[in-house]
Parts: sequence; C-alpha cells; structure tokens
Amino acid sequence: MDLSVSIGSLRLPNPLIAASGCFGYGVEYSDVVDLATLGGVAVKGLFLAEREGHPPPRIVETPAGMLNAIGLQGIGVHRFIREKLPELRDRRAIVLVNICGTTIDEYVELARILSDAEGVAALELNISCPNIKEGGITFGCNLPATHAVVSAVRKVTSLPVIPKLTPNVTDVASFARAAEEAGADAVSLVNTFLAMAIDVETRRPKLSNIVGGLSGPAIRPIAVRMVYECRRAVKIPIIGMGGIATAADVLEFMIAGASAVQVGTANFVDPFIWRSLLDGLSDYLTRHRITALSDIVGTLDTSKREQAWISS
Amino acid sequence: MPCDVDAAVIANTRLSDDYSVLALAAPEIAGLARPGQFVMVKATHSADPLLRRPFSIFEILRDATGAPLGVSLLNKRIGTATRLLYDAAPGARVSCLGPLGRPFEPVDGPVQAWMVAGGVGLAPFLTLAESLAARHTPATLFYGARRAGELYYTDTFARLGVAIELATEDGSRGTKGYVTAPLERAFTSLAPGESVRLYVCGPTPMMRAVAALSRTYGHPCEVSLEQVMGCGLGGCYSCVVLTRQQPGATPHFVRSCLDGPVFDAERIVWEALTH
Repeated sequence: MDLSVSIGSLRLPNPLIAASGCFGYGVEYSDVVDLATLGGVAVKGLFLAEREGHPPPRIVETPAGMLNAIGLQGIGVHRFIREKLPELRDRRAIVLVNICGTTIDEYVELARILSDAEGVAALELNISCPNIKEGGITFGCNLPATHAVVSAVRKVTSLPVIPKLTPNVTDVASFARAAEEAGADAVSLVNTFLAMAIDVETRRPKLSNIVGGLSGPAIRPIAVRMVYECRRAVKIPIIGMGGIATAADVLEFMIAGASAVQVGTANFVDPFIWRSLLDGLSDYLTRHRITALSDIVGTLDTSKREQAWISS
Repeated sequence: MPCDVDAAVIANTRLSDDYSVLALAAPEIAGLARPGQFVMVKATHSADPLLRRPFSIFEILRDATGAPLGVSLLNKRIGTATRLLYDAAPGARVSCLGPLGRPFEPVDGPVQAWMVAGGVGLAPFLTLAESLAARHTPATLFYGARRAGELYYTDTFARLGVAIELATEDGSRGTKGYVTAPLERAFTSLAPGESVRLYVCGPTPMMRAVAALSRTYGHPCEVSLEQVMGCGLGGCYSCVVLTRQQPGATPHFVRSCLDGPVFDAERIVWEALTH
C-alpha cells in the first residue's frame, strides 16, 4: 500500500503535513511524534527579524473551532537556522519553511537565506496571515501583488515555492491562478477566516487584537469547496487544509483535489493524531482496493448529479 | 515524554456547588508527575468545546503498595468544560495529556517553604506538600478563600505536618480579609537569618501582592500562573507571559506551557498580566 504523494518535485511519504502556526518549530513535538513519519512539517511563520506578537488573550474558543491572533511571534530566520533546523535535520523531518515579509524584498531575502540552508525542503509563502497589519495578507488579497511576490521569490530559489492562500477574498481560484502564472510549484489553502468574538458582559473583544483567524472543524466545508474551486482553475498541486481531524476529512480534501493536506487545530486537541490518521487512510485503501493513495486526488464523482440534471 | 491517557473517572467528589475533586485512572501520568506540573484535559469527544483545558495535578493517587494509580484534579465549575468535568460520573472517560510544564523546585530545610494559595489556586500545593514532607522541610500553607465553606483539604495538609494559616474575605474562618495579612505577619515574625522560599498560586492580584511582599522581605518566590492555553506542548503560542530573563532586561513573551507554569516571580512583568 502506497501512501506517498508528490508536490511537484517534492516526494512525501504520506500526505499529512503539520500546519504552520500549529506545530511550533516542529522540535517541540519531537518527544510526541517521530517527525520523520510525517509527510512534512510546516514550521511557524518566520520573518527576517524576531517578533514579539500580540499581547494575550491570543486565542478564544468558538463553536467547533477557535480564533487566534498570535501576531506571528517568532525567533526570526537566523535563529531558526541556528537553533531549530539542525534538530529537524537530525530527526529527518521534511521541512516546509513558512516565510512572511512586509515587502517583496524581505520575502526575496528570506528565500535566498533559506535556499542556502541545509535541510529545507520547500518554502511556503505566507501571504495570508489575517492578524498583522503590514505584509502578509496585503499580498494575498491583491492579484498583482500575489503575482509579484511569487515571481520575485521564484527567481531566487530552486526550492519548491508554495504560496499559502487566504480565504478572505471573493474568488480564491483567481489567486491560485495568479500564483501558478507567477511560477509557483503548488498552492496551499486555506489560511484562517477573519472573524471576531465579543464578551457581551463587558462589551470587549475576546482577543487583544480585536479580530482573529477562525480555524477548526467549523471551517472545513468552506475549505473543501475552495480546494475544489482551485483544482478546477490550476494544474499545479494543491495542499488542502481547514479543520481536518479524521482520515475521512483528509480523504474529502484529496478527493476535492488536494495532493496533500495540513493538519493544524486538531493537533492541539490530539498531538498523537498522526497515527490514527495514517491508520484510517490505510484502512480506506484496503476497503476500496486502491493501491496508491495519490490515485484518489481530484476524483470527485459528479456524474450522478449531471445525469439527474440532464434527465430533468 | 507526556502520555495521552483515555482515563476512567474513578471518583468525582463534590466539595460544594462549584468545586469537585475528579480522580482519574492514569498510572502512566501519576508515575512521572512532579509537584506543580499540569495535565491537558478534554471531557468530551465532541468538537464543542473543542480544546483541552489545563489543570494542575492536585493529588498523585496510589494503591496500598504505593504504586501510582492516577491523578486527581481540583475542578471549579466556571464554564462549559469545567461543568462537564463537574458532572462527570465514575466510569466516564476523560482524555488526559501529561505531565506537562516546569515544576516547582522543592526547597530543603533549614529553609522554610511557604505555600500561598487563593481559592482554586490550592491545586498545585498538595503534591508540593508531599514532596516537602518527604524532605522534612518545614512548611506552612497560607490559604485564603471567600468564606469558610470554600477552604478545602486543610486536614490533609495538616496530616503532612504543614502549618496552616487561613484567611476568609467574610471572616468566617481564620483572619478576616486577604491571605496577605497573615503572610505579612509571618514575615515580620521571622528571626534574623531565617530564610524562606515562597510558592504562590491564585488570583493574579494576590500573586502580584505576594511577589511584592517576598521582594520587600528578600525571599525568593515561585508563582504558578494560569493562562489560556491551546495545546500545552508549545505549538500554538497562545499561553504567553511577558517576562524578563534578567532584572532590567527587555521583556519577551514566553510560553507558560514550556517555560512555566511555574516562574520565578522576579521574572514576571506583572503590569502586563491582564487577569
């Protein structure tokens, strides 16, 4: 049975990638999970410099989900390479480094620095963080800016370039297309949905940043729909995410068109989730007599619906 | 390495309409736990509430031979998750991940150990008291609550040889007012050369006041902070606390699940703690 998948030139042992912002720098989890058994580890978003992030409260629970406004607290790319990457390398993790800048030059500089570092498998361009004022989502909400940042990074690295798209736009597929045209090897989607929660007793926002990003099972059906739309719009591989908590959720994204997936919020609830997801995928392949998991990518069967429509 | 145990509820003893002690069968966690560590608990498999909740380990439960059986949690019903735990019946399953976090550093005599607890902040001190008793460290518990009916387990601490100083806001037991009043009296009664290490857990204003008193009288103080936590393992960066590595250094946000929940009180930027 073959659970491996490909994202362009990147071969992953299975489709399960730990989502950026939900898995620290990966090393935090090395006691809990053998990092080499994961499809990949997307590390917490890195700027060039260290960042403090927002004051607490940074998260709040909502029905079947949570809002976060961490504000990209981080150690910066240089400390990451010095302090975290060697251990990730030793543990043979497939590392996707999520990078974030306030200008195109910063993205380019990050891409250059990381291309020279040993043990980086791909660059995920964070152009979709809803929680910081400058950079990030400003690129992800504007088609020419998306194109510009992706093509600028593309020019300076031979690593796979994977822009992470925001769902906070009218038409995600057009952003996937812009990324493809600019030379992206894949796209990952979706980042969190901009949202807010209010304490009615005090009339204060529940997050210090007032607004934050919604993740968890609550967003999954919307994320699946967006992956499906992007699958029809681009040829490059898609890494799907949004509320995945079971093997069936993984399969839903893959059938909709994702070649791999990321798991984020569910890892907070169950840090040992990876084993049960892999078992569930294997069980599915056995039951359906499929030898290679990658064969189900984009196999959504809409024929019944078409027949019904034609005959009516 | 932390374990995730699908723990059976052994007993759920109601102490009042708000408080209960939930005993969980989790020998793997009980065998590893150190004083002041915590577990991440989820009382339901449903997605609402979605996340686990952090709880101090209240007791290490052992069988007649002393082998670890499980842990208990001191639960105060304040929201959805704590209500589920308050209502959990024996035999129900509770997902319990731990032990997690930086523990207290139990001091050795002749230095005295002073534990200062406010309300549900009593939770991390029973395991610490056992550790101190095993070291024969002279220990005192300063324990404050709103009223007499909300002071729990004082006999258990007494049996461990811990001296008890109580305070209630309504004066129904012990000193009337806050626990800082008997604490300050104790500081002023110390003989020259006597040293003390303080361990504090409770409402933020109380911890801040105790940290200030400890500083004034020149004794080290460890505080156990309760922050909103997403994962307990350092993955989410939601439970951060503003701290200084050294006095006068630029403060930074650090994760209370990894660097805490127990901190040297001198490191905390108290003005930045919002609750």
